[in-house]
Amino acid sequence: MSNWEPRIILIACNWCTYQGADLAGSLRYSYPSTVNIVRVPCSGRFEPEFVATALKEGADGVFIGGCHFGDCHYKEGNYKAIKRFGLLRKVLDELGVEKQRVQLEWIAGSEGKRFSEAMNEFDAAIRAIGPSPYSDNGKGGATCQNQK
Amino acid sequence: MSKPKVAFLLSGGCGGCDMSIVDLSDALVDVIPQLDIVFWAPTVADVKYKDLEEMPDKSIDVGLHSGCIRLDENEHTAKVMRAKCKVLIAYGVCASLGGIQGMGNMHLKESLLEYAYKYSPSTDNPDGILPQTKCLVDGKYELELPEFMPHIRTLDQVVDVDYYLGGCPPHYTHVAAAVTAILTGKLPAPGAWITNGKAVCDVCKRNPTANGRERKLISSVKRTIDGSPTADGCLLEEGYLCLGPITQGDCGSSCPKVNIPCRGCGGPIPGVKDYGMRAISAVAALFDKDELVDQVPSPTKLFNRYSLPGSILGRKIGGFRTCKKLK
Repeated sequence: MSNWEPRIILIACNWCTYQGADLAGSLRYSYPSTVNIVRVPCSGRFEPEFVATALKEGADGVFIGGCHFGDCHYKEGNYKAIKRFGLLRKVLDELGVEKQRVQLEWIAGSEGKRFSEAMNEFDAAIRAIGPSPYSDNGKGGATCQNQK
Repeated sequence: MSKPKVAFLLSGGCGGCDMSIVDLSDALVDVIPQLDIVFWAPTVADVKYKDLEEMPDKSIDVGLHSGCIRLDENEHTAKVMRAKCKVLIAYGVCASLGGIQGMGNMHLKESLLEYAYKYSPSTDNPDGILPQTKCLVDGKYELELPEFMPHIRTLDQVVDVDYYLGGCPPHYTHVAAAVTAILTGKLPAPGAWITNGKAVCDVCKRNPTANGRERKLISSVKRTIDGSPTADGCLLEEGYLCLGPITQGDCGSSCPKVNIPCRGCGGPIPGVKDYGMRAISAVAALFDKDELVDQVPSPTKLFNRYSLPGSILGRKIGGFRTCKKLK
């Protein structure tokens, strides 16, 4: 397990969190290379199926980023996202997935610094709890394939 | 043209799927002469597993497999069925997605056996004997029982499946449509569900949009024992967490018709990969406030009532509690 690196999926809304990631880059804030960004049109586009698939395919953590309430480009996508996320987290909790593994946060396009901090915190949290029990058929241990 | 050869196997199921075929009643009288039923065990025909094993490979035109894979015996018979049948259909939701007993994947094999054989209130087992795969009777007869596997699997997790048919059991009108499709060769592309493609809401008379009303958000979560729904209102609007929006409506919305919210036995409508996850998505978005999420009782077993083994995550992976005797 010494070479284990977490694999993190970030589902980022196009209008806020993805722009926040962009700004983090422009401002030269760094974030861990374990984070793989999936851009979606809106956090309301996030489906619980995405999280389940990511966990099954070897992701150790899934982070969902969207706009703050009132800022959604499509008015109410983030209100839908937080309800879906709340129910999904209850189901994942019952299935034995640690709460820290799946997180949601609103990161605006102007919050480049917060984006970098959030990714560093999430990476540290995943490193603390270790590999996902669902990756590699429950044996844990996604190796650092994304580092090649 | 020779009659198509058909086999029906009841595996890890309850026999309800066999009943759904018998439920064809009048239509069955017309259908039976057109079929050559070579195997129907263990419910209807007087045949044994060895009769199926002795048939030549690919000699059966259509095989219907009902029930999930729970015992090693189920796995063996599923493989035999696959070898003998040209077309294998996962018949009913157990074979397709795991079925009601799929909720067993929320527990460890050991705790399921211990609860059933030691701790359940109606059990009298002072020596604490658990089922064994071998036992010696009268000191000379060695008897064997199939092994209880650690998890429940769907049929397609063991062998290749050509078609899926939802329902617990499939509604007889849907069975009639499916049998007609098989006899006339009008089957969809392999790997598909045999369905009319409509959701339960599509065929439900309670659907507000079908009645010219606008859909309201859910303002409270109710269990089926909490009060009673209105005569023609949408169960989901009233808070009964009906899963009609994502379930195949081949049943003609049998349950909502009689005030029971849909629990998803029909299987997912086309385009849905994971039934339970999509149910979360559909239902949660209809809540009018976040706090309702915490009121949903036992969400995994509600949204994955028939589909846990066939879901992406498939089973519980950690945080198990040990089983205790109920006082």
